Amino acid sequence: MKDIKIEVNKLSLYYGEKLALNEISMQIPRNKVTALIGPSGCGKSTFLRSINRMNDLIPDVKITGEMLVEGVNIYDKNVDVVNIRKKIGMVFQKSNPFPKSIYENIAYGPKINGIKDKKQLDEIVETSLRQAAIWDEVKDRLGDSAMGLSGGQQQRLCIARTLAVSPDIVLMDEPASALDPISTSKIEELVHQLKEQYTIIIVTHNMQQAARTSDYTAFFYLGELIEMDKTKSIFTKPSKKQTEDYITGRFG
Amino acid sequence: MSSQNPTTFSFTKESLKKQFRWSEFLAEKIISGVAFLSIAIIFLIFIFVFKESLPLFSSSKTVEKTEIQVTSTTQPETYGAPTEDLEPETYGTPTEDLTAIDVVETNELEPETYGEAVEELTVGTEEETPKITETNKEGKNNTWSTFLSCEWFPVSENPRFGLIALLIGTLKVTIIAMLFAGPLGVLAALYTSTFASKRAKEIIKPVIELLAAFPSVVIGFFALMIMATFFQNLFGYETRLNAFVGGVAMALAAIPIIYTISEDALSAVPKTYTEASLALGASKWQTAFFVTLPAAIPGIFAAILLGIGRVFGETMIVLMATGNAALNSANPFESVRTFAATIGSEMAETVFGETHYSVLFFIGSLLFVFSFGLNALAEFYVKGKLIKKIQGK
Amino acid sequence: MNTTTTEEKSLFFAGNTKSSDLKGRLIVGSTLAAVILIIAVLFLIIGIIVYNGWDMFSWEFISSFPTDGMTKGGILPAIIGTFILVIVMSLAAVPFGTITALYLTEYAAENSKFAAAVRFSVRTLAVVPSIIFGLFGLGFFIQFIGTGIDKTFNAGQLHWGQPNILWASLTMALLTLPVIIVSVEEALKTVPRELREASLALGATKWQTIRKVVLPESVAGIMTGTILAVSRGAGEVAPILFTGAAYYLATLPKSVSDQFMNLGYHIYIMSTQSSDVEKTMPIQFATTLVLLMLTISLNIVAVIIRSRIRRKKVS
Repeated sequence: MKDIKIEVNKLSLYYGEKLALNEISMQIPRNKVTALIGPSGCGKSTFLRSINRMNDLIPDVKITGEMLVEGVNIYDKNVDVVNIRKKIGMVFQKSNPFPKSIYENIAYGPKINGIKDKKQLDEIVETSLRQAAIWDEVKDRLGDSAMGLSGGQQQRLCIARTLAVSPDIVLMDEPASALDPISTSKIEELVHQLKEQYTIIIVTHNMQQAARTSDYTAFFYLGELIEMDKTKSIFTKPSKKQTEDYITGRFG
Repeated sequence: MSSQNPTTFSFTKESLKKQFRWSEFLAEKIISGVAFLSIAIIFLIFIFVFKESLPLFSSSKTVEKTEIQVTSTTQPETYGAPTEDLEPETYGTPTEDLTAIDVVETNELEPETYGEAVEELTVGTEEETPKITETNKEGKNNTWSTFLSCEWFPVSENPRFGLIALLIGTLKVTIIAMLFAGPLGVLAALYTSTFASKRAKEIIKPVIELLAAFPSVVIGFFALMIMATFFQNLFGYETRLNAFVGGVAMALAAIPIIYTISEDALSAVPKTYTEASLALGASKWQTAFFVTLPAAIPGIFAAILLGIGRVFGETMIVLMATGNAALNSANPFESVRTFAATIGSEMAETVFGETHYSVLFFIGSLLFVFSFGLNALAEFYVKGKLIKKIQGK
Repeated sequence: MNTTTTEEKSLFFAGNTKSSDLKGRLIVGSTLAAVILIIAVLFLIIGIIVYNGWDMFSWEFISSFPTDGMTKGGILPAIIGTFILVIVMSLAAVPFGTITALYLTEYAAENSKFAAAVRFSVRTLAVVPSIIFGLFGLGFFIQFIGTGIDKTFNAGQLHWGQPNILWASLTMALLTLPVIIVSVEEALKTVPRELREASLALGATKWQTIRKVVLPESVAGIMTGTILAVSRGAGEVAPILFTGAAYYLATLPKSVSDQFMNLGYHIYIMSTQSSDVEKTMPIQFATTLVLLMLTISLNIVAVIIRSRIRRKKVS
């Protein structure tokens, strides 16, 4: 773990009075897939959403500690939250394409970043869709509504939309939880390809998925980070009892 | 791929530095500012309606105003003090003589309201203003004392502004209207929310709410032309236009409000309440009457209050259907005059700054304060009650 | 367990026997009767107005000027006047209402006292009697603003300090504002949170998100609000009694500083102040028919759009 992209130092998060994350400290490596696992309500999604400050949208959230991305604390007062989100993209659990055409969905991000040139937009749309492995399926109907796509296609479209703003880090919140097995395997394949370019953090409740796709795995339980290690080690010889109980299916 | 990542910037303090975005800043300020206008309007309404009635409170101010009017006689244009000669045109007060208006209209090239008005203005004000000053001065001392009398004679030699007479009229019509609208609205809401099938509800609700789309002038017209005659034939009373006709017509205006709010309140009663009752073996009507209805009482109370507010301030219906005579009688089959109708029918006949004008604005302030109070009561009472209910009694 | 339920049942509803069934039927019957009575009266009003107004109602009636001291002819200027009134009114009320609704749903913090005050004001505005708006229009727009403009810019020439279309429309805009705010707010609330998050996660700012995602999704709601407001504004008479409605005008208004004729006001004066009420009865009924059909059809359109929005929200 030499090449560190994100370093978290004693990050705690409160919803009002309630402690949701308790002094999380971890290091996330560059150009690798890191999986966050744990039983539901353990704080893994909350943690993921605090990496691009989506939790800012919820009233009464208080955060302490540091989240250093390339050495910059993104919770610093002088840091611009909008610019952070441009560099840290997010794919949500439920696919959420805009009720616009496929083309407009992808072009949305570049457009708000001020790209107006039609040629450049066309190019970005094509590369993003190719990267998300959906280009061949939609290239003939870019003008159709994105709402007409299947669930799996919609989710890959959302991934393409995220890539179109050229982020450094891609956060994925259970991206395949609502999909059929074939779509799921496509997404997993995609995650595998994308890590060459991006640092990927993926939340999943599916342990096989974590084992298949990730390089590192972090186990969360009751708002605390129990342990984090290479995925192989976690699944073969976890150092903590709770981790072992969880991955062997004794609770969760 | 490289073309897609034109920005080489990554995470540096520089690239992530907080940016000031003018559009964001302006959007937020403008949007909050516009939202503030809603509050401002409420204040402005009160201030400006009340302001016009201020001369009633300070006699010195009244004198000042009349003095302005006197000076304005020399150059009537400077301070557009409207005179009675102007009124028929500006406020569109109907005159008996239609041909007279046609005559005015023939000289179209002239600005409508002016034409001959300017000439008459000088004549009119010279004669009239001193008179106003006198009546004001005389009336001033009396104005307040006449408020509590039962006589409403605003344009006599010795004007009397007996608000009691108007209050009686307003209360009479309101009570009659609520006697019809209250039970009908609530019962219909109860049927819709508890007994009707889902399909029936989908039809009944929008149809009854369509009644809210009836302009009050249409209801007033219907009352004047059809209902008045119908009720007269039915009951055989003397005055064709009276409190009863007006009250029934106003019930039609109040029903959709009472119905909609009660229905919402009844539908908002948690299913667990009714299910528990039904599980205990209570029948549907018992559940509706002993469980759903009591649980929705705060909402229904609010509905009734807002219904009263609607009726209390309604103008066009009373103007058209009640006969507009300020009599002091408890008989529902005699003409009445309400606060709102008085403003509606007499404002056009008053002169800016005159006592009568101020009194009408004063009545307006009363109506505003009353409706404001009713709404506040409905809102806070209901909220308080509901919170108590949810948190357990 | 079982015994307690039966006990409670007999305690609570001691009269759960045949006689109470009759009582129940009476009660249910009375509620049903209320529904039937209201709906019957509603259709009776429509029926009588259609029946009495139908003969007079024709293309000529709605496309020609009144003649012979308004005892003959059509109601074109009243229709045009009403039309101009609601357009100017919408131009003022729709942006204002939409922005206020945006504040309430997008910008206001959950426990904001200011937002609570705005909400309270909007609801108060909805219950203020319409005649009060008329007084306010007279006291504020005409006497204060209008006369103020005349004094400062027109050397006291009476031009804006008198009733006209602009002041009447603005007065009406205040009255219809709550209608728009409530409709737009409802529509904004149906825009899924996921769409907002998707936009923000792409690095869009709040205002960009509102402009490009939230507002386009609420167009139907803004339309519903506008239609309902227009329906309301077309039918109200009290606010324009002293702010701009005219008894009779031989020409159509040429600018917003002219007075105007109005359908509702026309009905009012024709039925109460005309020299020969009997003679003009068919005109009155036909005018009422036009106004009623206008407001009802606008409302039906609004109800249809609104139910579509709601269905979309469920699915």
